[in-house]
Amino acid sequence: MTTTSMGSAPQKISLSRVLGPIHVWALGVGIVLVGEFDGWNFAADKGGALAALIVLWFCGLLYSAVAMIDSEVTSTIAAAGGQYAQAKHIVGPLMAFNVALYMVFAYTMLEVSDAILFGDAIVSKSGGDSGINHNSFVAASIIILAFLNYRGVLTNLNFNFAITAIAFLSIVILFFSVMPWSQGTVLKLNELVTPENALPYGWIGVIASFHWGIWYFLGIEGTTQAAEEVRSPARALPLGTMAGMVTLLIAATMTWYVCASLLPWQLLGSTYFPLWDAGRATQSPLLENMMFITTLLAALASANGCINDAARAWFSLGRDRYLPSWFSAVHPKYRTPYRSIIFLTPIALAFAFVADLNQAITFSILSGVLQYTFMSINIMMFRKKWPLGSIQRGYTHPLHPIPAIMLFALCMVTFFAIFLGYGVQLTAMVVFYIVVSVWFHFYRYQYVRRGAQFTMPWPKPQGY
Amino acid sequence: MWVYLTYLCWAVCVGLGGWMLFDWYKIDTTYSEDTLTSSREGEIEAVSEKHKV
Repeated sequence: MTTTSMGSAPQKISLSRVLGPIHVWALGVGIVLVGEFDGWNFAADKGGALAALIVLWFCGLLYSAVAMIDSEVTSTIAAAGGQYAQAKHIVGPLMAFNVALYMVFAYTMLEVSDAILFGDAIVSKSGGDSGINHNSFVAASIIILAFLNYRGVLTNLNFNFAITAIAFLSIVILFFSVMPWSQGTVLKLNELVTPENALPYGWIGVIASFHWGIWYFLGIEGTTQAAEEVRSPARALPLGTMAGMVTLLIAATMTWYVCASLLPWQLLGSTYFPLWDAGRATQSPLLENMMFITTLLAALASANGCINDAARAWFSLGRDRYLPSWFSAVHPKYRTPYRSIIFLTPIALAFAFVADLNQAITFSILSGVLQYTFMSINIMMFRKKWPLGSIQRGYTHPLHPIPAIMLFALCMVTFFAIFLGYGVQLTAMVVFYIVVSVWFHFYRYQYVRRGAQFTMPWPKPQGY
Repeated sequence: MWVYLTYLCWAVCVGLGGWMLFDWYKIDTTYSEDTLTSSREGEIEAVSEKHKV
């Protein structure tokens, strides 16, 4: 036992190593699956139903590359902070600081989006004349999940596993309930997606759809935040992440097929609840209510994982003194980064009360894509500095450097797509990261324990 | 019914939020800062409890 009590000599308090592959799966899929219940469908608004399918395939490729690259690097650098710890060891402190901020922003904004979705779904269910707004439900979802995160990672991710599995099963049940083998019985894909309306804005619409297509899979890289809390990082992280990616590819494909076959593309592109609306379109109260409940569960699972990940990224920054070390406190009983959890909670609440759902999602996507761009460069540097055989890897991804190049190219396309619709936000966010980088370089870095921050017992990199 | 549900949500927020703040205060006044911030990256193997499977 590592906890300490008053009067005894100070002892180490660390995060608990109690998680297995299913928790890694629950963390990754839990964060992402909400994207099938809301968000991906705005791709249809940008480019039509077929564009939403095309970006599903390309984003599937992008995220398969993310999952493979992440699995290799994280199975070697198993530390809380995930990509932050990777960037610190492979690129350098300034990159690491930026990557950690990308993660905190991506997860906090995603948490905000989830909470808004949760509140809006309940308000929508209550009907127009109930006279309530979403604020109480938004606040309750954030506070309850922060409480769960505060109380311990094992119970928290067991809970996430249960609700994520139920949400995924509901997509499978909906898919088989509408008899996908028999087009025309319930589904009407050939009537709703025709050669005339499949790509209403042509190929530029497909490019623009990348902005929202990211939402099919955004957050799967969050599995790496569990690196310091899994019993066997080299096994659990690649296994949980890859299994999560397979789950999401199945869920995304089923979701597109059912929704595009039940909802006209104009409705599909504008609704906030595509799967709930698809359940309603089947005219089965059972399916409609099931999809309503699982929309709520998916939103909770995602927000829960985001609180977990954002807090660990923030905690890691404090531990290396990139931020005040006060944030690196670990709860002696629950073994969680409790100050980071509490600190980020009012920030999420503030954004959730004032932010628009589309804006929150866009800020999350932007930070996520910045992070993926870093990952493509990071793996190239990792393989160059520490070639295969020079250090022990838990997993080695195949076909290097093709996944890295593909990831970089798809990130550039996505930046362009975001620029088309949200150029001001893209510019504002880049300016923000430049300003905080200047602050870190000229002010904050003097407080960092420069030698102590590099903890991996690796040989010198090639060329140094 | 929906209005009462919103009251319940606010009550839960106050209850759980208050509990977290109380626990935070209790922990911070019980343990030293050096102990609470003693976690170091890469040292976890040396300090984790052993699990029997």
